[in-house]
Amino acid sequence: MSTAAAGAVSSLVLGGHGIVMAIVLPLVMGSVLVVLEKFKSRWVVPLSVGATLALLVLSMLLLAQAHSGHTQAYLLGNWQAPFGISLVLDRLSALMLVLMAVVSCGALLYALGGDHQRGEHFHSLFQYQLMGLAGAFLTADLFNLFVFFEVLLAASYGLLLHGASRARLRASLHYVTFNLVGSALFLFAVSLLYALTGTLNMADMAVKLQQLGPQDVRLAQAAALMLLVVFAVKAALLPLYFWLPDTYAAASGPVAALFAIMTKVGVYAIARTTALIFGAGAGVEAGSVAADIAGMAMPVLVTLALATLVLAAIGVMAARRLRGLVSYLVVASAGTLLLAIGLGTVQTLGAGLFYMVNSTLVAATWFLLADRISAARGDVDMLRPRVMAGAWAPLGVAFVVASVAVAGMPPLAGFFGKALLLQAAALTPWAVWVVALVLASSLATMVALARAGSSLFWKPATETAAQPPLSTSGGMSASTSLNTSATRPVHGIAIIGLLITVVALALLAGPVNGYTEAAAQQMVQRQPYIDAVLGARPVPAAYDVRKEMHERGEFK
Amino acid sequence: MLLLLAIGIGVLTSCGIWLLLRARSFDVILGLALLTYAVNLFIFAMGRVKVNAMPILEGAGPFTLDNTSDPVPQALVLTAIVISFAMSAVLLAIALRARSETGTDHIDGQERK
Repeated sequence: MSTAAAGAVSSLVLGGHGIVMAIVLPLVMGSVLVVLEKFKSRWVVPLSVGATLALLVLSMLLLAQAHSGHTQAYLLGNWQAPFGISLVLDRLSALMLVLMAVVSCGALLYALGGDHQRGEHFHSLFQYQLMGLAGAFLTADLFNLFVFFEVLLAASYGLLLHGASRARLRASLHYVTFNLVGSALFLFAVSLLYALTGTLNMADMAVKLQQLGPQDVRLAQAAALMLLVVFAVKAALLPLYFWLPDTYAAASGPVAALFAIMTKVGVYAIARTTALIFGAGAGVEAGSVAADIAGMAMPVLVTLALATLVLAAIGVMAARRLRGLVSYLVVASAGTLLLAIGLGTVQTLGAGLFYMVNSTLVAATWFLLADRISAARGDVDMLRPRVMAGAWAPLGVAFVVASVAVAGMPPLAGFFGKALLLQAAALTPWAVWVVALVLASSLATMVALARAGSSLFWKPATETAAQPPLSTSGGMSASTSLNTSATRPVHGIAIIGLLITVVALALLAGPVNGYTEAAAQQMVQRQPYIDAVLGARPVPAAYDVRKEMHERGEFK
Repeated sequence: MLLLLAIGIGVLTSCGIWLLLRARSFDVILGLALLTYAVNLFIFAMGRVKVNAMPILEGAGPFTLDNTSDPVPQALVLTAIVISFAMSAVLLAIALRARSETGTDHIDGQERK
């Protein structure tokens, strides 16, 4: 089936409400699941899985719609654009939605292996998390973005605390505090931008910022940089990533896998705001206000992203736990992505998007895999030789495939992503630094993974006498590890499924790259987005309440 | 009045940040509360401070911001208050749980040696 036909079919099936469905579906399912989970209904699992699969199908349909290159705006409550909140579907947001849905399917499937029973309300929190993510990817309103950030954060607090251990509590306290401060800063920035432009709609703001008087430019820059800081907290940029390794290492496996898409929300928000509101990239005349803002923020972003890469490489090398190592891999991928955004050309953006698809899928796989590996070693996460219980060969094979994918070696898609990025970066003034540091961090990743793999898989039996008994080494109590550490078929299916998507990404690299390049093109051309949002007309009312009230004399 | 409001926001923010940087979870939560108050006042002020102006368009007259007040920041403040209130409650619950699990109210879960 051609994508155009799929797009036509999907708009027919969804009746034009497909965009908002991506938010409403998880919201409704989450609310239903709250009640069902309370009564321990046997419908909880089927409904939760069904809802997540439905979201996957829905986001695929939306991707098919967006693939035509037509930017669609949806007016919430039928309010016309700058006054109401609008949602926008373009190639970038559709890509993020699909990525989110794929990762969430893997994470949910894995959680069914036992993690979902460690505490209450796993499934409803999971759905609310998806709702927040989908909303953040779709909204075209800055304050609404804040609200969806809060939704996804609130759900993530719950998921992080799910089945709480002591390490998890400590990490949560830091994570929640950090994000609340970030939210406060977000509100400062948003309200400052509102004061300057009189609008919260991103498209409208893009127009209004161009007309800003010279006396307000400094304020606009301050607001823009505050926004950048807020999103950098989410995206794990250098001075602000210290919450991430602890948090991700403390979360349970499937939750950490779902969180792999959470850093990408920050990356997405930076990409969207810089490209759309502040007009980085093409299409902005030099000397204008927006060019001033972008010209100031971008070198900062590139420098910090490069520094993030270096520190993440050191973190990967120095990690003593497998989870910690994987967390630093997430930081490294965030650094690479922000580098692609900071360089700001169409080519680097396209390459960055391609890299993001791969790195998100791989990171999610890694968290699941790390959970399985530590379970097979008696809930020990330390990178020390230990006896492996059960079959280690499948884990070893998965480890090798995932390592190849994350380090960016051929033949998997991580290689294409990094190669494309380096190729694109060669045309920018930062070429030398980018090439040197990206390659160095890849090398460090490879060395660290090779070392971790050899100590995990190749030296297991040599030091059996020296290892402490199992009961004192695990982070969690024996009762919780009993019912979760047994490997179930769903664990394998989830990991293998995600690995298949990683491999498929390499096989389909051509079409996917075509899509991400088109998405990057669409990102830097702001006018179609602005036209789509501001030009969207409310649907004529089928039933005119005002008229009725006029006729009855109830309306002055 | 503007000056008073600005000073108020400044004092609240600085007190909030000072408390946030302390190592006790109670201080941190109080700091966050002060910071969110400051944010709420700031959003409110960003809609231009007006006395005796309604956010509702009523009667005749040119409906400009000169004789009405902007309703949008007021709605934003309402949303922000609700969200920050709920989040503070979540943080309090986590802090209490951490206090009872770890036996200390240090933000790291252990006293500095």
